[in-house]
Amino acid sequence: MEDIITITVIDREGATHTIEMPTDMNLNLMEVCKGEGFPIKGTCGGMALCSTCHMYIESDHELSEMTDDEEDMLDQAFFVEDNSRLGCQIYPGQSHDGLIVRLAPEDESA
Amino acid sequence: MSKPIETDILIIGAGPTGLFAVFEAGLLKLKCHLIDSLPQPGGQLTEIYPKKPIYDIPGYPTVLAGELVDNLMKQIEPFKPGFTLGERAETLDKLEDGRFQLTTSKGTVHIAPVIAIAGGLGCFEPRKPPIHNIEDFEDRGVEYIIKDPEMYRSKNVVIAGGGDSALDWSIFLADVADKVALVHRREEFRGALDSVEKVKELAEAGKIDLITNAQVTGLTGNGRLNEVEIKHKELGAIKRATDHFIPLFGLSPKLGPIGDWGLNIEKNAIVVDTYDYSTNIPGIYAIGDINTYPGKLKLILCGFHEGTLMVQSAFKHIYPDKKLSFKYTTVTGIDGL
Repeated sequence: MEDIITITVIDREGATHTIEMPTDMNLNLMEVCKGEGFPIKGTCGGMALCSTCHMYIESDHELSEMTDDEEDMLDQAFFVEDNSRLGCQIYPGQSHDGLIVRLAPEDESA
Repeated sequence: MSKPIETDILIIGAGPTGLFAVFEAGLLKLKCHLIDSLPQPGGQLTEIYPKKPIYDIPGYPTVLAGELVDNLMKQIEPFKPGFTLGERAETLDKLEDGRFQLTTSKGTVHIAPVIAIAGGLGCFEPRKPPIHNIEDFEDRGVEYIIKDPEMYRSKNVVIAGGGDSALDWSIFLADVADKVALVHRREEFRGALDSVEKVKELAEAGKIDLITNAQVTGLTGNGRLNEVEIKHKELGAIKRATDHFIPLFGLSPKLGPIGDWGLNIEKNAIVVDTYDYSTNIPGIYAIGDINTYPGKLKLILCGFHEGTLMVQSAFKHIYPDKKLSFKYTTVTGIDGL
């Protein structure tokens, strides 16, 4: 189908899951992962105001640039790496078919 | 001990839902008192996103979160609610007369026949870095809040974080402690510009060791903290002797003691009956983001609705024999009630 892409999610135990997601519903990666039942809290609802959807981008797809809000919020996250992003700030499109993301360790206190 | 605070409805959480419930209770001549762990009313709206616009408050095409709280405070002012701020609702007991007695973290006692939990995401608590043995060193070298700066006099201190509190405390402790290191994951800081400048000046003067592109990843000590491990992007693992480690990573909400009150809880939310938003304990209600029911949406406007229906049921709980007649504010006004 035209508006469906496949992405790979590596969970916190290291297991790989391939999921299909629509690109025409204005969904972000936090919502997609949460909807698929991954243990992502998404406490703030997608405003880049918590860091519970912290994930690592493991493929070299070009993504939207990080806003100051997202960068600032990552300051309050842990285990931050160069490829860290907040899932709620990434809205995959057709060019992101094959994207690979890995969930960051859970922030116990969030 | 001071006299307990008595009221009709004791509301836990002074966010938008809790505040508006005061208005609806006021229309039924029920007095309210609010408790919040934050030092100011407004909950998430004031603490997390005061400058963000909200677009789904009926009648307001757009309103800033902070403005909405100001307006709600104005709206409930005629009903003179009481506030216990900066204190966390801690223990709940049932009294012989059927009322509830709630004690806060600072020992303030409240008594009411009805409790309305409008706790949102929970109470805001310092975010703890996920270092596996961090709890072993809490109050033995690890502090999340600086209560008494004198404690750090002539000590070695490592502060972590990149916001205002990390910057401000680094500046302050530079004059108090023997050595201060500030560890931050990147070169840029999100704090106020003049604090950033000041930290850089102090770093150049050798009064603060500024360790950027780094994170604290390990703690060691024998009963008391004596060393932190810092993971640096280029230099790898660095060990640094220290007496204290102060992680300042902001606040995050936790359900807290409410979880131990015997309420039915599902996925960090309190299960309610949508008839009146009552919980499994008669006299205790839960409204707003903290409750859950089939079809639940975490929206401010839903919290307003839930609080409105809740006070009707609360009235019947407090006055089982009194008749309640519903009136429109347009007909009765507010002062004339």
